[in-house]
Amino acid sequence: MPLSLEEVEHIATLARLELSAEEKTRYRQQLSAILDYIRKLQELDTTDIAPTSSVLSGGSPMRADEPRPGLSREALLENAPEVEQGQFKIPPVFE
Amino acid sequence: MELTDLTLTQAISALRSGETSSRELTRACLARIQRLEPSLHAFLYLAADSALAQANAADRELAVLRKTNSQSPKPLLGIPIAIKDVLTVEGLPCTAGSKILEGFVPPFTATAVKRLQEAGAIVIGKTNTDEFAMGSSTENSAYGVTHNPWDTSRVPGGSSGGSAAAVAARMIPVALGTDTGGSVRQPASFCGVTGLKPTYGRVSRYGLVAYGSSLDCVGALGRTAEDVALLFSIMAGRDALDATTQDVAVPTIDLVGATARVAPGLAVASGRGLAPPLRGLRIGVPREYFVGGIQAEVEASVRQAVSVLEGLGAEVHEISLPHSEYALPVYYIIAPAEASANLARYDGIRYGPRIQAENMWDIFYRTRGRKFGAEVERRIMLGTHALSAGYYDAYYGQAQKVRTLIQRDFEQAFEQVEVIAAPVAPTTAFPIGAHRDDPLAMYLEDVFTLPANLAGVPGLAFPVGLDGAGLPIGMQLMGRHFREDVLLRMAHAYQQVTDWHMRAPSL
Repeated sequence: MPLSLEEVEHIATLARLELSAEEKTRYRQQLSAILDYIRKLQELDTTDIAPTSSVLSGGSPMRADEPRPGLSREALLENAPEVEQGQFKIPPVFE
Repeated sequence: MELTDLTLTQAISALRSGETSSRELTRACLARIQRLEPSLHAFLYLAADSALAQANAADRELAVLRKTNSQSPKPLLGIPIAIKDVLTVEGLPCTAGSKILEGFVPPFTATAVKRLQEAGAIVIGKTNTDEFAMGSSTENSAYGVTHNPWDTSRVPGGSSGGSAAAVAARMIPVALGTDTGGSVRQPASFCGVTGLKPTYGRVSRYGLVAYGSSLDCVGALGRTAEDVALLFSIMAGRDALDATTQDVAVPTIDLVGATARVAPGLAVASGRGLAPPLRGLRIGVPREYFVGGIQAEVEASVRQAVSVLEGLGAEVHEISLPHSEYALPVYYIIAPAEASANLARYDGIRYGPRIQAENMWDIFYRTRGRKFGAEVERRIMLGTHALSAGYYDAYYGQAQKVRTLIQRDFEQAFEQVEVIAAPVAPTTAFPIGAHRDDPLAMYLEDVFTLPANLAGVPGLAFPVGLDGAGLPIGMQLMGRHFREDVLLRMAHAYQQVTDWHMRAPSL
């Protein structure tokens, strides 16, 4: 069952992607083909199978929760497209 | 013999003895890179000046060591290396092959790279990659495709295609890559080099641009199993900055003698009598990996290599990994799902370029829509869809359950054998453009490499032949969790009695 154009637009909105009309058409066709292939998984009965949470039996070893030095504010702002008064700058969020 | 023909281990010996200097070696690599880059495009960034400055410093250290006749605690002192451009190196641009990270200069260094630097290695540059490591050919790089050194009309594989091409072309003795679904092993196979994907959780992912976090592994590419073993032994181990790294001792890798960390190179330069026989090791050959669609020459070479291993004392058994055919659909739900979350951070606010807009939401939409490439957008959308309300159970939930079945296949197989041997890819390197506009066909290239990522087991690819067109054929060995040493020992034994790994493309 191919994705509808509306579904593609909905996904793009969720993913915060601005797409051209041409991209929507192309992705609709390509994603539909991929999803078709992926549906193969429905063949398997997995009623009693637990989903994977980790591939390792050891889990994640914990470290002590102690303060430690991190990167400086200057270093972290170095790559920002717009900075003001030591902060990331964005357009106003509230009217 | 050119300096650039030296393997890592040979280069270490040559630097220790004073036969050559780090400066000469680094200059030789840079000169070869400069000569071959126009036809290969393996690199996205060269750090020539800083590399030469570090080489001079290394030469001073090496001179003192020779004068005092002492061993360096730094096994890689003075050795140039290349780093796939998805791993950060403080002060060097890191793009992940994407326009959305254009101009990004990370303020920190990835743990894997840092450990190599602390061992004396010199980063010479950053290598090309499919955007965010999503691809099997480097054609998805936003900065141009890398060409296969064996035939420049073909792809080098991917996503670590830049690293594999650079090693194959003798631009650099060793390079780092990353492997989420085969991205070290498949380009190693296409370029005729040796590449290791370690066990998940073995090498820190700190400083790795995240793609599929339950799958991503940092790996090494070199010309020999021995060289790869040395890099691996230095990178591996617990790192407080990556909570998934495990407290499992990194075994001494026998093939470089008991001295891997102390005096690499001494043991193996001679290559005599060091490889233990493979007696007592059982190799499983999974029947699901030799089905339709596989190039006949690939199957023949892999089977031939298995019989060489048998001749070295290993026992060979046919085994089954019954859920192999489901690895691809499982992967193309889980990896995109994780990617859709990981790539949410690229928003035009904190780093990377911004497409300016009236409000913050439009900054997100426009920056992401215009700066991500098509394959990245496809995977983000696929993952977003698989995780979205109404689809989660059918896609993501089911995929994680089938992933459990795939893991069980491996667990059961590893009750019978120590190692699984299989082709790396169904074919040798394909022509550039062969899968243009057919993403599913491209995904099928990874059909033999994805299962190891889904199960978290280590995989090692190395060359075992050439096809009729003169293109390298690779075999992969997969092993139990944390038993990279067994794979490396086996490949080393193979490389002691064959010379496929020493074949070089004519350039």
